[in-house]
Amino acid sequence: MDAQFWTYLLVGVTFSLYIGIAIWSRAQSTKEFYIASGGIHPVLNGMATAADWMSAASFISMAGIISFLGYGGSQYLMGWTGGYVLLALCLAPYLRKFGKFTVPDFIGERYYSKNARTIALICAIFVSFTYVVGQMKGVGVAFSRFLEIPYDLGVIIGIGIVFFYAVLGGMKGITYTQVAQYCVLIFAFTVPAIFISLQATGNPIPQIGFGSKTTDGVYLLEKLNQLSVDLGFEKYTDINQTTLINVFFITAALMFGTAGLPHVIVRFFTVPKVRDARISAGWALLFISFLYTTAPAVAAFAKVNLINTVSNAQYSEVPQWFKNWENTGLLQFDDKNADGIIQYVADEQINELTIDRDIMVLANPEIADLPPWVIGLIVAGGLAAALSTAAGLLLVISTSISHDLLKKNINPNISEKGELWAARISIAVAVVAAGLAGLNPPGFVAEVVALAFGLAASSFFPAIILGIFDKRMNKEGALSGMIVGVVFTTIYIFYFKPQLGGPGLPKDYLFGISPEGIGTIGMIINFIVSLIVSRLTKPTPENIKELVESIRYPK
Amino acid sequence: MKEKYWRKNILYLRILLTIWFICSFGFGILLAENLNEFYLGGFPLGFWFAQQGSIYIFVIIIFIYVYLMNKLDKKHNLEE
Repeated sequence: MDAQFWTYLLVGVTFSLYIGIAIWSRAQSTKEFYIASGGIHPVLNGMATAADWMSAASFISMAGIISFLGYGGSQYLMGWTGGYVLLALCLAPYLRKFGKFTVPDFIGERYYSKNARTIALICAIFVSFTYVVGQMKGVGVAFSRFLEIPYDLGVIIGIGIVFFYAVLGGMKGITYTQVAQYCVLIFAFTVPAIFISLQATGNPIPQIGFGSKTTDGVYLLEKLNQLSVDLGFEKYTDINQTTLINVFFITAALMFGTAGLPHVIVRFFTVPKVRDARISAGWALLFISFLYTTAPAVAAFAKVNLINTVSNAQYSEVPQWFKNWENTGLLQFDDKNADGIIQYVADEQINELTIDRDIMVLANPEIADLPPWVIGLIVAGGLAAALSTAAGLLLVISTSISHDLLKKNINPNISEKGELWAARISIAVAVVAAGLAGLNPPGFVAEVVALAFGLAASSFFPAIILGIFDKRMNKEGALSGMIVGVVFTTIYIFYFKPQLGGPGLPKDYLFGISPEGIGTIGMIINFIVSLIVSRLTKPTPENIKELVESIRYPK
Repeated sequence: MKEKYWRKNILYLRILLTIWFICSFGFGILLAENLNEFYLGGFPLGFWFAQQGSIYIFVIIIFIYVYLMNKLDKKHNLEE
């Protein structure tokens, strides 16, 4: 029974599970379709939120990025978790009390303006669509690398599955499928981590093994620092002071962006009560933290294993996995000095080994010599991560169209049945469109994700926070803040991203902040503009002040 | 009465968000270099905050807030 067999088996079993859940949890009304009737248990909602949140990038790429950045990778760890504190404390309970279906709903009603709703709607669709294309790409890659299925066919299978359970079940189907997907992905991520932690340090808990001594009596991180220095890299745990400001701003942009992402916020509309919304954010972060505290440990273990296996090894004697991954192009060996030995060093002139970062998770089971079923598990886990995130994003796109655009802006008289059909049709169209974009992904998908977080931080976050905490904030203030924040952030990112055709050079960065971190500045600008404009224009109407008052108290 | 509830809520937010900021942006980024002089087992302390500690603290902050607010809801008779 080889890895191929196990991969087919585990992917087959998990996919049938998702389809079974979809049939069991069909949506009968728009309320079920948009927010699962607001009847999801907070712990289950926490799990679904965690699966929704952790994408193919968290599962496959993040540990690899940390592996090669060392301390520098911390910006993703803190940035993609810290936002949940803001969600739990400053957003989720109040939005739950508000009790509508979408983020544009809140913006539109709180700022008593169709224009505000329309701007929010465009931002929500744009942010979600760029994000979902990346997930489709992840699905295609997972299929093509492990099952020897062509990339295109992999994407089509992925679309088929999401199509089935999203169109049928809406939020209800998606939520219960995400709960199952969370269990699959967290099991798939931790099992190999426990194995390698045991092998290296004798401690089964990776978070502790990470700070323990290896079998030869030296601390793992000390060993990794030493290996890095020997090969000419920076020490793994060292902090590079010149980029510290940038780390600060990127972390902040990711945190505030998280708290402003529509597909995350909408999850808190699905629980029954305000207190459930608060605790649900806690459960979500707890479930997310299992992966996010394991990932840096995996990064360190895998790096040590990799260096020990390949550095100065005879090319003719490398293990089988090395050859396998060479075939996929993720590992490349170029014997520059023709001595038959692999030189892996920092100096580009001498270095002979090119390593794709994703390999740190994908090849981890083989590098650590784990049984073949673990490889199948990793594939099933990666697919669960990609599919669960894609489904959540697609739902935001579809509700934005059927609810915010059609029902609220174009035809308020549409019947309940008509709206449910419109929701189904728009999610079907969104799935197909995302799939088509996934078949021909623009080369800059990864770059556009920076834009998604930047836009969420510079548009939604300030508008929602001020909507709750500042009664004086009026339509004029919020609208001008959102517009200025979004325009500034978009222009900066396009100008400084060569992949998007921008002419800007890193030396001209504002305060040394790269495009990934500029959302923080966009957000601050939004806050300032909103506050100034709102104080110079006419006060908020009385009925809106009452609305704000009412969302502040659970009863 | 209700106003008191809201003021207390804002006070909790101030305190907890300050801790949130200090543990991540403070210990994990701005002060990380200085903290790296100290060790927690095999971890340089600043590095530990950046890659482990801050995340644990985030989780704890949320559960503390939930506890405090549930108590406050009860006290002010604002439970749903």
